[in-house]
Amino acid sequence: MLEEQDIRAFVYGTTRYFEVAAQQAASVGSPYLVTEGAPDIHDYNGVIAVSGRRNGIVCFSAPRGMLTVLLMKMNESNVSHEYLCDLVGEVANTIAGTVRRDLGKDFAISVPTVVAGAGNTVELPIGDRPVVIPINWRSHVAKLVVCLK
Amino acid sequence: MAANAPFLTTQLKLLIVDDSNVMRRRIERCQQIEHLQVVGLAANGVEAIELFRQTDPDVVTMDITMPEMDGIECVEQLVALNPHVLILIISALADKATAVEAMEKGANGFLNKPFSDRQLNEALAELIGGA
Repeated sequence: MLEEQDIRAFVYGTTRYFEVAAQQAASVGSPYLVTEGAPDIHDYNGVIAVSGRRNGIVCFSAPRGMLTVLLMKMNESNVSHEYLCDLVGEVANTIAGTVRRDLGKDFAISVPTVVAGAGNTVELPIGDRPVVIPINWRSHVAKLVVCLK
Repeated sequence: MAANAPFLTTQLKLLIVDDSNVMRRRIERCQQIEHLQVVGLAANGVEAIELFRQTDPDVVTMDITMPEMDGIECVEQLVALNPHVLILIISALADKATAVEAMEKGANGFLNKPFSDRQLNEALAELIGGA
């Protein structure tokens, strides 16, 4: 289960990514606990497996439009599906990596895996409920799904 | 860093190592250090060692979390091949222990992701002793 200080660390990692990499701040909505089933996800999902002191996943889930604009803000002209998949994984990796500042080296993170395409689902650890952190950037809405034991 | 001052009068070769194609291209596009020329792009530690042998770079930017071989192990192997190579770790892993471990293996600098263009160029300039 996530504690308030854990959520703060994820919020910091998320807002810092947009401030620095995209040079434009994102706002974060109220985190909420998913009480039934799995949360809805967007077309592109970067998933980081967490092990060590905590176990579970961190998933950055974003629509194509947000990722396309993010690439353009980085002066990347290639906005193909391959690059959108690469970026969504890199964002997830960067947010999870930033969280280690607070949670320490025992918060071990994997290389990202990417789940892309409508109708896909992200596999969550059994027996724990995920927390969703809504992310608003420009006119786009994404979410960070955190499910940790 | 002063020991590397002679580098500044010659062209320096840069090898970029990151498992993200977007990041490799970003570092290549954004680095604006005079005399620094990209000679290779590698997606993991194994590729990096192969390219390192082929291109003999002076400077390497190195991600840590990568498949096949991670950046920490790769740093150790690159330094064994050339103890004078300058290695800038560019990683999302923001804890101090990881930075210390990378430096102990032979890295010369550490830049956290996410980074701005200015931060990248400042880190590279500091690494090679000014630009």
